[in-house]
Amino acid sequence: MQLSDRVDQVPPSGIRRFFELAEEMDDIISLGVGEPDFSAPWSARDAAIASLERGETSYTANRGKKELREAIADDQRRRYGLDYDPDEEILVTAGASEAIDLAFRALVDPGDTVAVAQPSYVSYVPGVIFAGGDPLSVPTRAEDEFKLTREVLESSGAADADALVYCYPNNPTGATMTGEELEAVADFCREHDIIVLADEIYSELTYEHDHTSIATLPGMRERTVVFNGFSKAYAMTGLRLGYAMGPPEAIKGMNRVHQYTMLSAPTTAQHAALDALENCDDDVDEMTAQYNRRRNFVLSRFEEMGLSCFDAAGAFYAFPECPWDDADAFAEELLHEEKVAVVPGEAFGEGGEDHLRVSYATGLGELKEAMARIESFLD
Amino acid sequence: MSSRAEILELLRENARYTTEDMARQTDLTESEVETAIEELEADGVIRGYTAVVDWGETDKERVRALVELNVTLDRETSYADIAARLAKFPEVESLRLVSGDYDFDMEVEGDSMREVSRFISDKVAPVPEITQTVTHYVMESYKESGIEFGDGHDDDRLSVSP
Repeated sequence: MQLSDRVDQVPPSGIRRFFELAEEMDDIISLGVGEPDFSAPWSARDAAIASLERGETSYTANRGKKELREAIADDQRRRYGLDYDPDEEILVTAGASEAIDLAFRALVDPGDTVAVAQPSYVSYVPGVIFAGGDPLSVPTRAEDEFKLTREVLESSGAADADALVYCYPNNPTGATMTGEELEAVADFCREHDIIVLADEIYSELTYEHDHTSIATLPGMRERTVVFNGFSKAYAMTGLRLGYAMGPPEAIKGMNRVHQYTMLSAPTTAQHAALDALENCDDDVDEMTAQYNRRRNFVLSRFEEMGLSCFDAAGAFYAFPECPWDDADAFAEELLHEEKVAVVPGEAFGEGGEDHLRVSYATGLGELKEAMARIESFLD
Repeated sequence: MSSRAEILELLRENARYTTEDMARQTDLTESEVETAIEELEADGVIRGYTAVVDWGETDKERVRALVELNVTLDRETSYADIAARLAKFPEVESLRLVSGDYDFDMEVEGDSMREVSRFISDKVAPVPEITQTVTHYVMESYKESGIEFGDGHDDDRLSVSP
């Protein structure tokens, strides 16, 4: 059967090859995982089980349970000073990934250009293409510690873009942006009338400064859709629950696509999420503290073994420079020789070349062993 | 967080972390870690280090009992006096004054039920201030010192994911 051109032109994810290589081998230590090693907090899981016991297995409102939207609004106000109306401006989705796809489909017309800050999560470029838009790569630079700057926006031609999508704290680099640094991006987007799609899924995993949402900067709320969810902070990836926050017309458009495709986000997961917001602050603090210690550990070890790596201050990734010219070959050799899986940065798009994504969402014992193996591999 | 609080948290997580690994996990140097530990020990914050053992996984028979103790006080005898006397016995693993229906909550360990029973009847019950003992033998342990026993949870994540 003939695939549509839109689908046909999107290659399979570059991650896939490493996944297949790693799956063939036994006893590897994987630092290639893009999700938490923790399970969701027990309180949230327990709430999900209890909702099943009560028989709450029907659809919810398209936009998600009202209590959950209200709890999300309160949580985002308290944490980041965001102010969204739970009835009009919040949409609960099957993971932040769905929300981002909805935004592309609701806001991008054929021929529209969407600037994608890279290296980035692998879904943005395909999402833009599936929506009929033209992705424009905005490669961030190692010397900027992979932050988005006015300079790279200008030099990549983003001034002509209709929308900009980015993710900070960033997967794969672990880079974060302060409020001040975001102001330059906000200025640029206001000047050139660009819509901002801000993926803030890792917002709670910011270790050295408070997370700032670009939507809180002057004049940005009306041109921004913010994405967040429960996968990273609450270790709920498999429950598939995220949300979008934005101006009423954007959320309304996204909900139109959502109601015809997803109907509503998974009900059981919504129960877990509500409990997570009500009862799991301590779990989040504990997991964040653990990630931060591992981050310190990994960065210290890289320094000891002479592997150059900027001080990645967010998510659960370090992004060291690859000591070989060919990062792909390095990662493959490391996997075969030392049974340690990392992902070459170029799998995440332009700007990621010559780097390696090292996930520290793994227990300290394994991290310690993995670092020892990388050290011996380098010798 | 102060460096002492940070080190305390790390040691509570795993008392076998080397000072080197603790330094790597924090912003502290190795010698700062060592100093923090020395201070915590000298100030009596850290009273010791011990292993969390699942005796069910060993060949050794280990009998534990939780003992509720009721006492009567008089002008010359305080809770602390009674506690000091009981705590001296090596069989007593833990001893706490608690609120509720009884006064002391005592954990006793021995090699056999007979040994534990004899200890309670010969050494504890005769203490003049103790008016009543209720002994609960531990049948199964599911979680100790924050560590769940059992097979644990395998890492079932995909080995490489975006």
